[in-house]
Amino acid sequence: MSDRLPVRKTYKLFIGGAFVRSESGRYDRAGEFNIPRGSRKDVRDAVAAARKAAVGWAGKTAYNRGQILYRFAEALESRAADIGAERSDVEASIDVLVHYAGWTDKFQPVLGGINPVAAPFLSFSVPEPTGVVGVVAPDSPPLLGLVAELAPALAAANTVVAVLSEDRPLPGLDLGEVMGIADVPGGVVNLISGRRSELAPALAGHHALSAIVNATGELAAEIDKLASESVTRVRHTSPATDYATATADPLSRLEAVTELKTAWHPVGA
Amino acid sequence: MATQEQRTSIVWDYAPAPESPDHVRLRDSYGLFIDGDFRDPGDGTRVQSINPATEEVVAEVAFAGPGDVRRAVEAARAAQPGWAALSGLERGKYLFRVARLIQERARELAVVESMDGGKPIRESRDVDVPLAAAHFFHYAGWADKLSYGMGGRAVEPLGVAGQIVPWNFPLLMAAWKLAPALACGNTAVLKPAETTPVTALLLAEILQEAELPPGVVQIVPGDGAAGATLVREPDIDKVAFTGSTSVGKNIQAALAGRGIPLTLELGGKSANIVFEDAALDQAVEGIVNGIFFNQGHVCCAGSRLLIQESVAETVVSKLWDRMGRLRVGDPLDKNTDVGAINSREQLERITALVASGEEEGAVRRTVVCDLPDRGYWFAPTLFTGVAPAHRIAAEEIFGPVVSVLTFRTQAEAIEKANSTPYGLAAGIWTDKGSKAFEVAAALQAGVVWQNTYNKFDPSAAFGGYKESGFGREGGMSGLRPYLRHDVSDPGVTL
Amino acid sequence: MIRRLPHVDRVGIEERAATLGKRSIKTTAKQQGIRLAVSMVDLTTLEGSDTPGKVRHLCAKAVCPAPSMPEIPSVAAVCVYPSLVAVTREALEGTGVKTASVATAFPSGQASLDVKLRDTEEAVAAGADEIDMVISREAFLTGDDARVMEEIVRVKDVCGDAHLKVILETSELGSYDHVRHASMLAMEAGADFIKTSTGKTGTGATPGVVLVMLEAIRDYVDRTGRVVGMKAAGGVSVSKAALHMLVLVKETLGDEWLTNERFRIGASSLLNDLLMQYQKTETGRYARPEDFSKE
Repeated sequence: MSDRLPVRKTYKLFIGGAFVRSESGRYDRAGEFNIPRGSRKDVRDAVAAARKAAVGWAGKTAYNRGQILYRFAEALESRAADIGAERSDVEASIDVLVHYAGWTDKFQPVLGGINPVAAPFLSFSVPEPTGVVGVVAPDSPPLLGLVAELAPALAAANTVVAVLSEDRPLPGLDLGEVMGIADVPGGVVNLISGRRSELAPALAGHHALSAIVNATGELAAEIDKLASESVTRVRHTSPATDYATATADPLSRLEAVTELKTAWHPVGA
Repeated sequence: MATQEQRTSIVWDYAPAPESPDHVRLRDSYGLFIDGDFRDPGDGTRVQSINPATEEVVAEVAFAGPGDVRRAVEAARAAQPGWAALSGLERGKYLFRVARLIQERARELAVVESMDGGKPIRESRDVDVPLAAAHFFHYAGWADKLSYGMGGRAVEPLGVAGQIVPWNFPLLMAAWKLAPALACGNTAVLKPAETTPVTALLLAEILQEAELPPGVVQIVPGDGAAGATLVREPDIDKVAFTGSTSVGKNIQAALAGRGIPLTLELGGKSANIVFEDAALDQAVEGIVNGIFFNQGHVCCAGSRLLIQESVAETVVSKLWDRMGRLRVGDPLDKNTDVGAINSREQLERITALVASGEEEGAVRRTVVCDLPDRGYWFAPTLFTGVAPAHRIAAEEIFGPVVSVLTFRTQAEAIEKANSTPYGLAAGIWTDKGSKAFEVAAALQAGVVWQNTYNKFDPSAAFGGYKESGFGREGGMSGLRPYLRHDVSDPGVTL
Repeated sequence: MIRRLPHVDRVGIEERAATLGKRSIKTTAKQQGIRLAVSMVDLTTLEGSDTPGKVRHLCAKAVCPAPSMPEIPSVAAVCVYPSLVAVTREALEGTGVKTASVATAFPSGQASLDVKLRDTEEAVAAGADEIDMVISREAFLTGDDARVMEEIVRVKDVCGDAHLKVILETSELGSYDHVRHASMLAMEAGADFIKTSTGKTGTGATPGVVLVMLEAIRDYVDRTGRVVGMKAAGGVSVSKAALHMLVLVKETLGDEWLTNERFRIGASSLLNDLLMQYQKTETGRYARPEDFSKE
């Protein structure tokens, strides 16, 4: 039994619902594994996949999105032992997914509402998804730091392209595998490992990105400058360290990735 | 089965398409669900629950006596501090489990709901059970977000909730009551209706499977006396009732002076208003859905059809034609549109009111259909020549009977629609958005459906004006009835 | 004359169409429904690569779709381009299966009225029993209802004894209101049948579109007493969809419409799926597609 040669895992990027190598063919070492060193072209492909998936994801009912996020939590719970992160990190991540699964059909009345305008119109404001959201995940905690920004973006019906922790990318790449057994449609979440210094600017400078959330605590000025080229929305935040910090201010996280649409309609026959 | 369409011969009919009850596993006898398990009634009795389509026994259940009700309240009280002390996330996770389990056992629940209550399997399968799961799922997500749903106020649960639900949507009403109560940290004693206890007891099994801590929920079927006992129990902190307006008034009176928060969801005589610029064919579908869905056993049923006079003849003609295509019969047949009347008593009430309609001079048309010999049935019925003063226009029939009145102008429609002590729902059919919103604003109804009818969602508040009750279920407003938000004055009535 | 569109509520109509799709059609009802559907099929080939050989094979299949199941009836018609009408006519002689031809610069209709009339005349002269024309979407979308109707009247005129189906090309019209309006225009102009689509573009006979057209027919027949038929074409490729169509017809217009004189399904691959499903009702087994010849 001890003579049995184990079959080693090949880690791949998760783009458009598929596991792909970096188009650059480059790799980095992480422990005993080679992991893809993502390139700006991988970022380009991921954003294209996220855009393609955006209409279908936003077109689902809020309830359905909640169910999918909850199933994502179910899947993560069942694969918890396979994720190469601390148990506390994994459990906090599961609970964060559960928390945001519950927001999908609740943030609308909280962030939106009826505007009692001084004219015979029904006026209402609705928070809508901003579109494709970029996430630059912190190095630590390697799973929760990512999930804490992923979950609110998804709950608000956006699709995501995430640059994973540079120090510890394996838990993020494992998350891609978990998504394969949840019902998250392909392209809704895209995960890229590699050098943050290459990938974050590529992401921030992509004009088709609607918003970028930077949870690393660094690269702020560079990201701000690149985002300004196409008025991409930016949110800088410190990394979530536990469940409490990850869910301390859900409204700010949700607001950062939504657009408020106000409509007016006459009242009167 | 044959329908009105016998006027031409049938070229192609649907063969019987029975939903099989084979996969349903029912116990021989159900005890009362108290403190986490099924228990023999102490001073209650065992009763058989009947299938109103066949008059056969569905299951034997226990009905609670006064002592049983007391035990149930005590169990809820004992469990309440521990339940409220859990984090919202943890409470939510129990409720998410319940939602998922309802989905897993959906088919079984749907079949049993149709057997015990008489509604078509298509409705229990496509409406009742999915909405029940959705309700638990929705409120699971509120459990750790309560202050966001209460405008930032610091909140606490009320304590022990006594909840009484009706026979028209047994499982769904149980979900509407339990889910928000539990999410807010309350524990509950639920009293299902006399004629439809079985799916609530299956829900009890699901609560066990979800490992809900014992005592958080008690499910104690019983008759009206058991409900009256529950309401008078000294150690409850909240009462929620869905049922008839007359019983609702009794409950409100019984609670006088006790300072106990109350929500009431009562009867209605809702107006379904069709303007001349409506999409008429879709309006007819909406009328049919409004009054024949669940055999008209719906508190918000569109039982008064108000048609603008310029299109009245056309609409009535289309409606009558459409009614002739309704398939009335075996609730377990997947092609059945209209099922059985829930009980002999209800059938007698409908029959009496319909007779009064004819006596008072309205013109009655009833669809001709083959009805089974056994069971309780009432064929879809249309009354024209109805005056607002007729009993069939004023009193809730709670059956598949629609009364047609006409109007000339928008103002007249609004005035007629509002001329009732009830105020639960209304329907507005027009292609003009601005008119739809103006009329909606003028109607004294808690739920206004525009170009649709009988649409429910856990995120959308539901409840009545005037004698249709007060308090809301669904959405963030559905949290309010189960929370105390003025912590300095615990006696305040919400 | 300013166009006044009728009111169709999209959410309502799609909900009703979907609910009717939940009718459970089993056992004898399914068998009977499949046979009925086969009898309503206009077996169609409209390819640039069509040849007399291909068309003759198709005609043989149209007459006897499944030699091993003789209770399966012939289809209603074979539908081809005008250049293949003569071949079709000859192959179907004496069988009761009709020869249908598209015409009027099918599928786009982007040609002069004269060309469209010539096209129709040739098909009729070659022996077509039925003509499937396309409305001018160009005229419709510019609001020129009069011209839409005028073209139909002129084509009907040169049809002689052939019956005229008017294709609305619903996926290009933009809304259900437009579909209903176009249905009315076509019926007022003398169409014998109104038809959803050419099958060459976009979505075809979706349940919502079919229901809108059936309701339009119902109102027209009630008002004028003249019976107009309905053909659902485009996208009806599986038995379930075909049976759904039958349910829509039955529950909107009634059983008297369940005949190929009033309802047709334009299809090519549907026929084999109907045969496979029929076989399953007999044997209880899922079939192998290759067991049925394409032509």
